[in-house]
Amino acid sequence: MISSWPILSVVTYLPLLGVLFLFLIRGDEASVARNAKRVALWVSGFTFFLSLNLYWGFDASLSGYQFEEQADWIGKTGISYHLGVDGISMPFILLSTFLTPLAILASWHAITHRVRDYMIAFLVLETMMIGMFASLDMLMFYLFFEGVLIPMFLIIGVWGGAERVYAAFKFFLYTLLGSVVMLVCMLVMYQMTGTTDIPQLAAYEFAPALQFWLFLGFFASFAVKVPMWPVHTWLPDAHVQAPTAGSMILAGVLLKMGGYGFLRFSLPMFPDASAYFAPMIFVLSAIAVIYTSLVALAQSDMKKLIAYSSVAHMGFVTIGIFTLTEQGIDGAMFQMISHGLVSAALFFCVGVVYDRLHTREIDAYGGVVDAMPRYAAFFMFMMLASVGLPGTSGFVGEMLVLVGAWKAAPWVAVFAATGLVLGACYMLWLYRRVVFGKAEKSEVLEMPPLDSREIAIFVPLTILVLWFGVYPSTLLDIMDASVSTLLSQLNGSVLSASLR
Amino acid sequence: MDFSSLTFLAALPEFILIFFALILVLVAAFARQSDGHMKTVRTISLVGYAAGFAALFLLPQGATEIFNGMFRIDGLTAYMKGLVLLGGFFACWLVSDGWGEGIDRAEFHLLVLMAILGMLLMISANDLISLYMALELQSLPLYVVAAMRTGSLKSSEAGLKYFLLGALSSGMLLYGASMVYGFSGSTGFTEIAASLTTGDISVGMTVGMVFLLSGLAFKISAAPFHMWTPDVYEGAPTPVTALFAIVPKVASITLMLSVTYNALGGMAMQWQQILIALSVISMIVGATGAIMQQNIKRMLAYSSIAHMGYALAGLASGSIEGATSVVIYMTTYVFMGAGSFAIIMSMRRDGAPVERISDLSGLSSTHPIQAAGMMVIMFSMAGIPPLAGFFAKWYVFLAAVDAGLVPLAIIGVLTSVIGAFYYLRIIRLMYFQEADAPLDKGGERNNRLVLFASLAVILLFFLFIGPVHDHASSISGALASFS
Repeated sequence: MISSWPILSVVTYLPLLGVLFLFLIRGDEASVARNAKRVALWVSGFTFFLSLNLYWGFDASLSGYQFEEQADWIGKTGISYHLGVDGISMPFILLSTFLTPLAILASWHAITHRVRDYMIAFLVLETMMIGMFASLDMLMFYLFFEGVLIPMFLIIGVWGGAERVYAAFKFFLYTLLGSVVMLVCMLVMYQMTGTTDIPQLAAYEFAPALQFWLFLGFFASFAVKVPMWPVHTWLPDAHVQAPTAGSMILAGVLLKMGGYGFLRFSLPMFPDASAYFAPMIFVLSAIAVIYTSLVALAQSDMKKLIAYSSVAHMGFVTIGIFTLTEQGIDGAMFQMISHGLVSAALFFCVGVVYDRLHTREIDAYGGVVDAMPRYAAFFMFMMLASVGLPGTSGFVGEMLVLVGAWKAAPWVAVFAATGLVLGACYMLWLYRRVVFGKAEKSEVLEMPPLDSREIAIFVPLTILVLWFGVYPSTLLDIMDASVSTLLSQLNGSVLSASLR
Repeated sequence: MDFSSLTFLAALPEFILIFFALILVLVAAFARQSDGHMKTVRTISLVGYAAGFAALFLLPQGATEIFNGMFRIDGLTAYMKGLVLLGGFFACWLVSDGWGEGIDRAEFHLLVLMAILGMLLMISANDLISLYMALELQSLPLYVVAAMRTGSLKSSEAGLKYFLLGALSSGMLLYGASMVYGFSGSTGFTEIAASLTTGDISVGMTVGMVFLLSGLAFKISAAPFHMWTPDVYEGAPTPVTALFAIVPKVASITLMLSVTYNALGGMAMQWQQILIALSVISMIVGATGAIMQQNIKRMLAYSSIAHMGYALAGLASGSIEGATSVVIYMTTYVFMGAGSFAIIMSMRRDGAPVERISDLSGLSSTHPIQAAGMMVIMFSMAGIPPLAGFFAKWYVFLAAVDAGLVPLAIIGVLTSVIGAFYYLRIIRLMYFQEADAPLDKGGERNNRLVLFASLAVILLFFLFIGPVHDHASSISGALASFS
């Protein structure tokens, strides 16, 4: 079905329209705050609703881009306004539009000052995220990719914790440093091909020697975003200091930008280099999985623990992508979506108790189950999904990645599986220390149970995690055609390289 | 010399500025010093800039040389003159009535008008002699206005420093010009270019070119000829600093563009090396020098050094794309400079201007609009998309990559990350910290027009980048090396 209205543009810029509304709100501080929250929630909710059209209208049997929009932008210079989605980008757009209203809902009471500015930052962030996944032009992609930094920098810096300034700077400069290297590579590619159109660039065959450098440039940017060991150190700082909703979006969507970048740029455009560098990526990812799992074990801060677990989980994603097998890439995609949901939920779990006790120290809790039984149930479900319990979405992704890894390089699968065990250790241990045990502290016992707002955030996340766990085809079918195309491109190129 | 109607029309903006300057002379000499006096003076010069700007649209199309080839007009000069006049208009608008730093005098506006006239002539200079005369016409009034706050030691120091180093650079430039004249046999750019097409480039020519470019590098404050910039920026009265920050560099870099591309196009191999060196050093000095600054004017001085480094990277590529990127860069530069000074000039505490960076702390809660504006400008200066500054850098680095100068582009993007650090520092003060002592309210009203105009351009630049690029590209094609 080709829809007659520019659905991608509408979905992308609708949040900006919401920003305009937010500017127009007048009144005293309390009413501005109240109305700003409502406007932001309605706008992001409506954006999600509209973005569902992408799902309904998407034809999974086609491998090309759908809902394409193309218009002149910068004259005849090969740079155009080009939007479109395929099976790889569409799930991410839905993930972004799905998580944003939940994140806004999650900050309903937690944010008390500058509420309007906060909502503006979130809606701008949403536009940047959707635009980045929808862009089919390299320059546009870069605009959105980098533009994300501005609202996120402010969200961490203005509404974050005690060390927020350091965390915000580290986040910004790390990511910027990676991205500018990619920018130079983009310039080189544009200069060589005369276009920034992503489908055209994917069809262009760069010389293997050049691919080598271009791959490294893009790698610098995406590896920081993912983040891969050893450039992951911004992540724990950013997560710990960011407000709950900021962490949800950061872990839920922003980390996926790196993985998406690998799939959209590195693999199709630099297939030879991808194959060449795959062992390096395997090593880095295996270290990430094992090392950050061990680090997570040693954490006393709940948010930091989950942040490190994110690095480990994203290690699976990079392994999956660079197995260059169907199972691996499917698994990486699945793992990214699943991790988007699960980690957002886990950060919200931390946020829920943080709102009540104002500490993230694990030792401050214990016996939460007595005070908040429903919370304990949701937390347990998400914790098990993070560990990869069969029946949850986490299992499918990890399973597929392991299968792919076994095909590509069995030793990686061994290390990754070890990481799974470690993951179970730190998550279960965290859960035991926080939720079980005897509630000795009176303030823990006095914590009020989940209210309806919090349940309203947990329920959709839980349903999706469960749904993807028992019926993964929902997601896999969408991706299938695009992933196959990607793989045929890859194999054709790698094959021709080996014949050369 | 024939003063045909064409001659008159081609130099119409300049004639208009002369006319308004003469009116200001009369006003300064004879008008009664009443309360409304300054307002009248300011209005006259504002109208002068606006009229000059309007006259640009009446210029004859295509490239024309008048005054025996001394004065050249084409699409590029018209565009850059437009930028200069716009910058002059902004700078003049920012000088509010009650600034009271000893610059509320008719002479101030008169001198600025003369300096702007000099800049217009610089842009059109097509001969070493007209180049030098225009440059001096621009420089002398600026020396005076830098020292205009007569009661202030710092202002006098700034004026003196600016004068001494400016005179030194003029001397170097003159020496270079004489060498070029000696070895090419002519002062006209066209003739110089013609002399370079035959035979080898003589050593004397190269030496002359080096001196010529060094003199010009002083004027655009490219490192290592930048030493005067921070002191002059800091010492001069803030409205004067605003002027320095917005306008003269547009004219000087255009002059550099026409000297390198029009006159010395035949020795691109030689000057490219120099421009690359200037560019790299400027980017590094600008980025690292700004980090430790406490005074916002000093910081912006270093930031402007870095900006010149980026513009020079475009210039160094020696192609149409390079010239295009310089045009785009200077376009965004004018608006970023004007916007940032619109905010700095409304920074007052208890009625007195303040200029420490820490004075900005907590600005977002006391002056939300100002703070948001400053944030946008800072992100733009750091080159974060989708703001104007990013597109400027994109085209500069594109030109560099196109010319095979990939290492230059890499150094450029890396220094821009260092630069981002100090721009972020300002955002941090405004947004992440609370105010110790809030700044005065209401000072921003006068500057609103400039601020909003700049912000509109910076925020919406991505909508105009297509037309701007096409226009910049077509007018750059008019440069002699490409036609």
